[in-house]
Amino acid sequence: MKKTLPLFIAGILALLPLIGLSSYWMHILILVLMWSVIGMAWNLLGGYCGQVSFGHAAFFGVGAYTAGILYNKTGVSAWWGMPLSVIVVALFALLIGYICLRLKGPFFALGTLAMGVILRVTAENLTTITEGDLGIMIRERTWIDKTWYFYIILLIAIVSFFIVKKVIESKLGYYFVAIREDQDAAESLGINTTFYKTIALTLSAVLTGLAGVFYTNYMGYIDPKIVFALHDISIVTIMVVMVGGVATYWGPLVGAIIMVFLAEIIRSIPKLGAAHHTFFGVLLIVIIIYLPNGITGDLPKLKRLFGKGKAA
Amino acid sequence: MAMLEIKNVSRFFGGLAALTDISFSVNKGEILGLIGPNGAGKTTLFNVVNGFYSPSQGEVLFNQQKISGLKPHKICIRGIARTFQVVKPLQRMSVLDNVIASAYLRTHSRAVAEAKAIETLKFTGLYDDRDIISKGLPLGKRKKLEIARALATGPEMILLDESFAGLNPTELNESIEIIRNIKEAGITIMIIEHHMKVIMSISDKIVVLNYGQKIAEGTPEEIRGNPLVVEAYLGEAQNA
Repeated sequence: MKKTLPLFIAGILALLPLIGLSSYWMHILILVLMWSVIGMAWNLLGGYCGQVSFGHAAFFGVGAYTAGILYNKTGVSAWWGMPLSVIVVALFALLIGYICLRLKGPFFALGTLAMGVILRVTAENLTTITEGDLGIMIRERTWIDKTWYFYIILLIAIVSFFIVKKVIESKLGYYFVAIREDQDAAESLGINTTFYKTIALTLSAVLTGLAGVFYTNYMGYIDPKIVFALHDISIVTIMVVMVGGVATYWGPLVGAIIMVFLAEIIRSIPKLGAAHHTFFGVLLIVIIIYLPNGITGDLPKLKRLFGKGKAA
Repeated sequence: MAMLEIKNVSRFFGGLAALTDISFSVNKGEILGLIGPNGAGKTTLFNVVNGFYSPSQGEVLFNQQKISGLKPHKICIRGIARTFQVVKPLQRMSVLDNVIASAYLRTHSRAVAEAKAIETLKFTGLYDDRDIISKGLPLGKRKKLEIARALATGPEMILLDESFAGLNPTELNESIEIIRNIKEAGITIMIIEHHMKVIMSISDKIVVLNYGQKIAEGTPEEIRGNPLVVEAYLGEAQNA
């Protein structure tokens, strides 16, 4: 059962478009899958390897802009950004890793935070390449219907899931967790911590970048304030994983479902909707206090809680 | 034959000399005890050998090759493993996973690493605790886990930093047995220990540090009778 669960869920997700959901619901599902990809990517670095990044918007944005600039300058389909972004984002991650991975703990977090902001400002000002605040518009949409976008992001999500699972169950995974638990101990056990942290960062960045390329193609418009957003991308990425469950396979998907739906519901409340970030903040505090391992991680605790509720 | 040679090693922290001109060597297959009062520089010396610090002066040779200046993981791959005085278990991993993580050093195969880990756990008497999350282990077992983890990297030499401190008499005897077995397995040992009875009974050679300087070196019998050592531990006799 456990082994077939991922296939089972993938199967159900693949059948969803066939039941004739409205365009709005398809959009929600696509967002859920996109966020779960970003969450899985962040989880690899932040959850398993313990390097908490506050700047994943940087990788998302570099991916998105790789596709956008490619389309804008050469006119080829922005989908070619997928293979190209793997190279671009990986090189970019190596550079960032070289700078930031010598920092530990909160200093790494601050370093990545700065990196995200620096990239946003850079993208705003390098108008000859990025068009600055005007943004890049993909003028001809690949499909009007959302079904194919759904299947593409579903495929990316499934591939990401299995990559993360494969990595975590291998030697790499053991080394990532060892680094998270105690970097000095890991180093003295013969683990080249800098090297393995760089691998975690690069893998995480590439997956995030793919989500960015997808975003460009799907939304058809990007500008620096959207794709390099601290609050809407970097912080939400962390929320997705924290809410769903840090260092769990299913956490990012669960977190993405909750966060996307919550955002939609709160935004639709008149007047209060504009303050949805406030609600996210409160939610994060509640999660950290009561469910520090997230919904997936603290599932036994939740079950006990509800079990007690029934008994009483 | 000298396996580890420490040659004129000094280490300064700002103006403080934590180690001054230390030289001695450890022969293959022997147990070398490193003793000295608190703050004598014993753990600093371990950190220099293990690569956390590079020596300010002098050098460290392992199997005739210079290792000072290399990163800790490189030194570990060369064959020197260590334990920590303040134990550093990988807290949210099970005991078995802790040891598997270090057994992966010389293999890529999960099966090989797991077999090596299980063998090491049996060797150190932790096999029955293999599924416990290491955060929940009592101190005595954490100290053993440190040893198990170091052994699982397949070292030629192992540095034990106060692996006996805080153990009860039963645990102490078990640990002494483990150390003897490690020696019999052909692994060279350098050990820091405050427990005099233990160190005198297991060591082939003892080096004494005080204020970052080597004040004596010799067999346990020689050390026991050395006036400098007695003075370092008990203080100078008052001249009334």
